[in-house]
Amino acid sequence: MNYSEFLGMGAELSLVVLIILLFLYDTFAPSKCGKYLPATAIILLTLQTLFICFGENTGKMLFGGMYISVGMTVVAKVVLNIGTILVFIQSVPWLKEDDVKIRRGEYYILSLITLLGMYIMMSSQNFLLFFLGLETASLPMTVLVAFEKYRKNSYEAATKYLFYAIFSSALMLLGLSYIYGAGGTLYYDMLCLTMQISPMMIVGLVLFIAGMGFKLSLVPFHLWTADVYQGAPTTVTAYLSVISKGAAAFALMVALVTVFYPLQEIWSWTLYAIIILTITIGNLFAIRQQNIKRFLAFSSISQAGYIMLGIMSANAYGATSLLYYILIYIFSNIAAFTVAGVIERKSGKLCIDDYNGLYKTNPKLSVVMMLAMFSLGGIPPFAGFFSKFFIFYAAVGEGYYVLVLIALLNTIISLYYYLLVVKAMFLKDNDNPIAPIRSDNYTRTALVLTVAGVILIGLVSAIYDSIFDVVSLAF
Amino acid sequence: MEYSIIILALPFFMFILLALAGMKMSHKTAGLLGTAGLLIVTILSYMVTYQYFTMPRVEGYRLALQPWNFEWLQFTDKLRIDLGIMLDPISVMMLVVISTVSLMVHIYSLGYMHGEKGFQRYYAFLSLFTFSMLGLVVATNIFQMYIFWELVGVSSYLLIGFYYTKPAAVSASKKAFIVTRFADLGFLLGILLLSYYTETFSFKDLISGGQCMSLISSGATFMGASVTTWALALIFMGGAGKSAMFPLHIWLPDAMEGPTPVSSLIHAATMVVAGVFLVARLFPIYMFDMAVMELITWVGAITALYAAIVACVQSDIKRVLAFSTISQIAFMMVALGVCTSTDPHNGGLGYMASMFHLFTHAMFKALLFLGAGAVIHAVHSNEMSQMGGLRKYLPITHITFLIACLAIAGIPPFSGFFSKDEILTAAFAKSTFWGVWMTGVAALTAFYMFRLYYGIFWGKEAKHEHAPKESPAVMTIPLIILAAITCVAGFIPFGEFVSSNSTAYHIHLDPTVATTSVVVAVIAIALATWLFAKPGTKPERMQSALPSLHKWAYNRFYIDNIYQFVTHKIIFGCISKPIAWFDRHIIDGTMNLLATVTNAVSYSIRGLQSGNLQTYVWVFIMGAMAIATLILILI
Repeated sequence: MNYSEFLGMGAELSLVVLIILLFLYDTFAPSKCGKYLPATAIILLTLQTLFICFGENTGKMLFGGMYISVGMTVVAKVVLNIGTILVFIQSVPWLKEDDVKIRRGEYYILSLITLLGMYIMMSSQNFLLFFLGLETASLPMTVLVAFEKYRKNSYEAATKYLFYAIFSSALMLLGLSYIYGAGGTLYYDMLCLTMQISPMMIVGLVLFIAGMGFKLSLVPFHLWTADVYQGAPTTVTAYLSVISKGAAAFALMVALVTVFYPLQEIWSWTLYAIIILTITIGNLFAIRQQNIKRFLAFSSISQAGYIMLGIMSANAYGATSLLYYILIYIFSNIAAFTVAGVIERKSGKLCIDDYNGLYKTNPKLSVVMMLAMFSLGGIPPFAGFFSKFFIFYAAVGEGYYVLVLIALLNTIISLYYYLLVVKAMFLKDNDNPIAPIRSDNYTRTALVLTVAGVILIGLVSAIYDSIFDVVSLAF
Repeated sequence: MEYSIIILALPFFMFILLALAGMKMSHKTAGLLGTAGLLIVTILSYMVTYQYFTMPRVEGYRLALQPWNFEWLQFTDKLRIDLGIMLDPISVMMLVVISTVSLMVHIYSLGYMHGEKGFQRYYAFLSLFTFSMLGLVVATNIFQMYIFWELVGVSSYLLIGFYYTKPAAVSASKKAFIVTRFADLGFLLGILLLSYYTETFSFKDLISGGQCMSLISSGATFMGASVTTWALALIFMGGAGKSAMFPLHIWLPDAMEGPTPVSSLIHAATMVVAGVFLVARLFPIYMFDMAVMELITWVGAITALYAAIVACVQSDIKRVLAFSTISQIAFMMVALGVCTSTDPHNGGLGYMASMFHLFTHAMFKALLFLGAGAVIHAVHSNEMSQMGGLRKYLPITHITFLIACLAIAGIPPFSGFFSKDEILTAAFAKSTFWGVWMTGVAALTAFYMFRLYYGIFWGKEAKHEHAPKESPAVMTIPLIILAAITCVAGFIPFGEFVSSNSTAYHIHLDPTVATTSVVVAVIAIALATWLFAKPGTKPERMQSALPSLHKWAYNRFYIDNIYQFVTHKIIFGCISKPIAWFDRHIIDGTMNLLATVTNAVSYSIRGLQSGNLQTYVWVFIMGAMAIATLILILI
């Protein structure tokens, strides 16, 4: 075996090295150095991001075509890294709390292992490797959900997540075995060449989509979302809602567009129905939520539906708008979760009604939350508008008028509930508002970064242009 | 004319400054600062206007200039989104309208909003609104226009909801935002379709025609209509939402909950005419599709009539003005709709008439709103029953309000006469049907405006705790300026500056149309005078009259009663009331129903989200099986 091929996996290898370094630091560093661990993790991850960003990225097929590293996968990994860095920054104050402090090393290591799994999932060109990546990402995630193990909610959420993950993995594995049975291989390129419509292949495809639908919380595979989001620690929820979803969306797109390209007729109609259901049901449930984390959970379900629109068009515009959407969604959603997390930690309040009159006591937090809501709702000139615009544009280009119309109608519904939060903060009176909160430097950094992203990503055209340049090479 | 960028940049800078540092300033500093900034903007706008219109024509046409253009998003090889400034006759005209009215409102608000909590915030929002409205009219491409379009929506949301302690204001601001957003989704979809087929966002390329031909020749159809028709109709939907066309008008009357100067700026002069501006901007493209032009005419005509009838039965003076605005904007839409070519001498007169009316209407309607604000300021109520006989207490307001009423009623020599006359001429040129229809609406306009006028300034005096006082000079000076403009604006040779293909058009009055419309308006005013001016004076006469005159008075009263019966019971009761009811219950109700259905559906499916893992897994499997089965059956 030619071991030099491993060097082609620069992103994965550097991440493994990073994990090992952090593990050694956490285990052997003198206890007084422990407080530098968060900063070290953030800096190392930033360096690793720069490394994969500027490293040698010419298209590579490794291990007999099992693994691929091209510009598009690199962009996807960088996007996920940016999100992970933001989550790490905003999680620092939480990790200083007594009952999790002792385990904070594990938090970083587990998060990074899930990230590694997602890397593999996105770069794989073979369903076996894909499944390995998926499982690598899933199991540590369960532990993260259970991180506050003395809290019953966290514990319950983890149990639900674990069972649901196992269940969907099992079904997906069944689907993959059907695909293997019908196609005779698990390599993407070979499968694509020999692809024929057969009932076995279709059942395999549907089970595969269902398994990914769990990760992406697409309707009807979404039921775990609200319970797990609500029970998990808020930073973990933030991670789960953006990073995990982004990776799954990208991997699903790669699989559908390359392997199942000959079956586009079939999966596009399947997705068509799933998208309408996902956006609509996510929105309808979001309207009724009182708990801010459940509210954001349903909002994230409907956002996943919009992300799927990028897959529908199956061309470079669609892929670009998908990555761009994920990037902007990361910033908007983390901004919202950071504010929710700060408020939860300092006041213990999670109800939207508790946010009444927040503007009077915490104007800055309220403005950040408002910008996040505007961006998620797609109001120009904030970034969320641009991501929606590009993703709709790609879909209209392929003639999905009705689908886009339904999606647009849903943005009105979503505007209604996003404005509910804004209204609570700015317009409603409260005799007993949340006391003024002094946030620490890490939280502030996270808020400033996310707000900058929400305002600038849409306006700085170079971001979209450069993603498009890289992605169009892959099509 | 590179300095035109300052016109955009300065209000934005003011907004940032007032938003960040406003709280540290005193009310007075913040107000004066905002006003001073806008004064500069106004002066610069006038300079641009002067320079632009004194430039020589090229082969009889006015050129569209782009003094600023910033290449922003390279979307595909051909499709690009820019940010820039485009100066052409209508955008320059809009600069004048917006900066003038905005300046007046800035000055007026110094008095009107005096001592309000959040005074600095108010001025910050005013600056933001002015910035976004200016950005909208100078946009070089439809995408930039959309961004500013939404920004206008956001800033008007903030301004309507300014009295955020007042629940009605809060719900009104939300309603305005959501209804117009609903219309905007049509706009956005229209933009997507249009840009996909023409491969350009730029107005210049779109208007030049070549790109449109490719759109039309693409021959793509959807549900029986061509994609062109869909795109243009959807874009019109966006315009109809902002311009409060039936049935998307429901937000405007409610939006009157905002501060009155805001209503004057947003809901009379600037934002609500954005839809008319949009259609005018894309006019050469609309000309390709007569079906959509027909749609615009019908929507406009129905709105004009409907709003005029509803205006006759309102008792809140701001609501009367709101419905009157809807009706007048509909006039502009109709004028655009009845165009049959781009040549102003041959079927394209409506374009010029519409823009002319936009200009004159902005001035006199702003005046009416500011006058209404002065009245409200004096009596602390919006209800007509709390007013009456105010002409003695508010002489300046009274005279300026009267001038505006005469202008909107179409009495020469006030500006409204000239512009409305051009609209009626254009309507008659298309067909007698539209001409008669619109003349009828013009008569109703004169009637309800004078009903309003007499109700406020004549008639029986209501009891006041303190005698109403005339407003301070900062409030009356803008009234006087706007009244002066209203008196002279009709004599502007508007056709020289703006016309459908930017060639010179010499305005000439059609004597038949002019005479008819004036006579009809005078009759309507006389009717209003008879009905509404008298109740105040009658008691005095009866006191002075001898008992022998009682009979006369009785008979008079009797006739009055008949009129009361005819107008109130038959016209109001059988026509206007039902329409007002229809507006309140059916149209609003439909919107409420949508919200209720959404809520109910979301309530009824909540059972799915039980928290029970077994249920979840069951749904998962059933979902997957359902999808697989469906596919296997369908293929």
